[in-house]
Amino acid sequence: MAKKSFRQAINEALRQEMERDPTVILMGEDVAGGMGAPGDDDAWGGPLGVTKGLMPQFGRDRVLDTPISESAFVGAAAGAAATGLRPVAELMFIDFFGVCLDQIYNQAGKFRYMFGGKAVTPMVVRTMYGAGFRAASQHSQCLYPVLTHMPGLKVVIPSSPYEAKGLLTQSIRDDDPVVFFEHKMMYDDEEEVPDEPYTIPFGEANLTREGDDVTIVAIGRMVQLSNQVADKLDKEGITCTVCDLRTTSPMDTDTILECAEETGRVVIVDEANPRCNVATDVSAIITENAFGALKAPIKIVSPPHTPVPFAPELEDLYIPSPDKIEAAVRSVAGYAQ
Amino acid sequence: MTDPIQTITMPKWGLAMEEGMVAVWLAEEGSAIEAGQEVMEIETSKITNVYESPVGGTLRRRVADEGATLPVGALLGVVADTAVADDEIDAFIERFNAEFAVAAAEAGETGPEPEAVEVGGRKIVYLRMGEGPPLVLIHGFGGDLNNWLFNQPALAESAMIYALDLPGHGASAKDVGSADMAMLSETLHGFLDALEIERAHLAGHSMGGALSLVYALGNPGRVAGLTLIAPGGLGPEVNMAYIDGFIEAGKRKAMKAALEMLVADPALISRDMVNDVLKYKRLDGVEAALKALAGNLFAGGQQESIAGAALSSLSMPVQVIWGREDQVVPAAHAENVPAGFNVHLLDKVGHMPHMEAAAEVNRLILDQLGA
Repeated sequence: MAKKSFRQAINEALRQEMERDPTVILMGEDVAGGMGAPGDDDAWGGPLGVTKGLMPQFGRDRVLDTPISESAFVGAAAGAAATGLRPVAELMFIDFFGVCLDQIYNQAGKFRYMFGGKAVTPMVVRTMYGAGFRAASQHSQCLYPVLTHMPGLKVVIPSSPYEAKGLLTQSIRDDDPVVFFEHKMMYDDEEEVPDEPYTIPFGEANLTREGDDVTIVAIGRMVQLSNQVADKLDKEGITCTVCDLRTTSPMDTDTILECAEETGRVVIVDEANPRCNVATDVSAIITENAFGALKAPIKIVSPPHTPVPFAPELEDLYIPSPDKIEAAVRSVAGYAQ
Repeated sequence: MTDPIQTITMPKWGLAMEEGMVAVWLAEEGSAIEAGQEVMEIETSKITNVYESPVGGTLRRRVADEGATLPVGALLGVVADTAVADDEIDAFIERFNAEFAVAAAEAGETGPEPEAVEVGGRKIVYLRMGEGPPLVLIHGFGGDLNNWLFNQPALAESAMIYALDLPGHGASAKDVGSADMAMLSETLHGFLDALEIERAHLAGHSMGGALSLVYALGNPGRVAGLTLIAPGGLGPEVNMAYIDGFIEAGKRKAMKAALEMLVADPALISRDMVNDVLKYKRLDGVEAALKALAGNLFAGGQQESIAGAALSSLSMPVQVIWGREDQVVPAAHAENVPAGFNVHLLDKVGHMPHMEAAAEVNRLILDQLGA
């Protein structure tokens, strides 16, 4: 099995699903690039090269460079999905959802419901999220809590290259609209990824570490940081379970509660702004259903309630760091009633 | 004994193993050890197992401390006659470690990689190691070539060892055609042809044991000897709770429960083992392949048994190795074999003797190869 980057894993999932199913198409700004201009025809392959090579293989009919109008092409994707295609639309940054949110949540997200189950909307919106890229406050947000809040949408946040390929393949085959979040700091991460297609089901959390003392619930890039902390503390005899939610809608509340009940001590790590984020939701689920099992107050590690700073020093301070996660784990591990 | 100073180094158990941790030493410094004696326990991310010294003599130095995590090939201990002076041993260790550091820095030595060959229109993946008479290792239902991680490197010291992934398994094609013993047997035949192996020893586990038997009956000229490990085909019973559990399990807990039926000591089933099986099961086509194979091979919850008269017709050496605590295929089936078969029943071992009692199984296989 070869090591592949997060970027390659996503590219391979798209390529294999396009080979398998002729109704899968890609659309977005510069997903091929160079259209109508002199020079290379596949000049960009997306702003970070994720879709590179797909236009030459599948042609302009299936890899569509769109105008810079998210409201138009995300809406077109929703319509195409309702009428028989499986579009994968690339919303360059989730921060831009403000101009196409109606198409996502009020149209695509409601087709199945409004048409009495007679319509399906197999659309995927791939999008970049997250801080650390020095991309300033309009290109660095998480925003998945907003979409998780909206029924009718599925929200997928992979934590590694292996996870990305399996979850994206499942997203494309799924008959409901899916928003697929790619952390822009993870594209060069590498791990072993099977060459063959595979799927990871939605709504099944993955325990990347198992321990007895503290449960760390995390999503996306925060899973990696939590794993680092778990490995470090393991050497000192504090063992952690790390619960990677994988998808926030549907959410695997069973596994969250099982882990919380087993350890009785919980830290939740979420890169999204702290008001009404996934961490507050998970915390509410645990306190409502497993309060009796808790041996310490739940700790949440989230950034402050501010825009993502552009000053590098401040941006680094803003993001939940391994140090902050470690401090939270130590505090719940050492808490005595 | 050739060299006066011999080494015990970190073994490589499986393709993914890059380092291991010396969990505990089982032999004292200065004590006499024999080749094959359990000298330490080694822990990897996938599994913990006892390590048997490849050499015999006096254990002069325990170079690796307990708890130390070291790369594959690193020096763990030094074995030499008591006549060798201490300073010679110190000099040897220094030299070894210096050379090892250079070699490690120079190249990511990856060792043998799996290869692929096309058989009957299907991609068949296999791993080859060693030189000498050919021996083919054939895994069981739901298994793959990595099941032989404790056997293949050790056996490769004396023979050319092939471990293959059967159709529907491992990294081989997931199309299983008629999904029956005939398809498996044709695949094995084509595999031997494709690699120009005229005659081979076969060691098959469980479903792979049944396949080895069926193949040997149909092609006696191609089979030099048979090692049947907890094989199918010798009686009707098979634990469908395991088969169905393995097929149905999609989550860690259910898969762990199924895999624990395989071994006498459930602690052997590590997180990584469970994860690896789940990753295999998520591949496109695997579920359908397993269901089709199980539907034919275990129709009505039973397996087809091969008649005693047919077994008696086999002229090559045959040995049967079974764990007394096998929960998948009962060890009592070993009673159904003709008198000419060598039967070895192992205590405190379940359905995976080649993992649970690897050294003993390796010895038995090598004995047969030498015969």
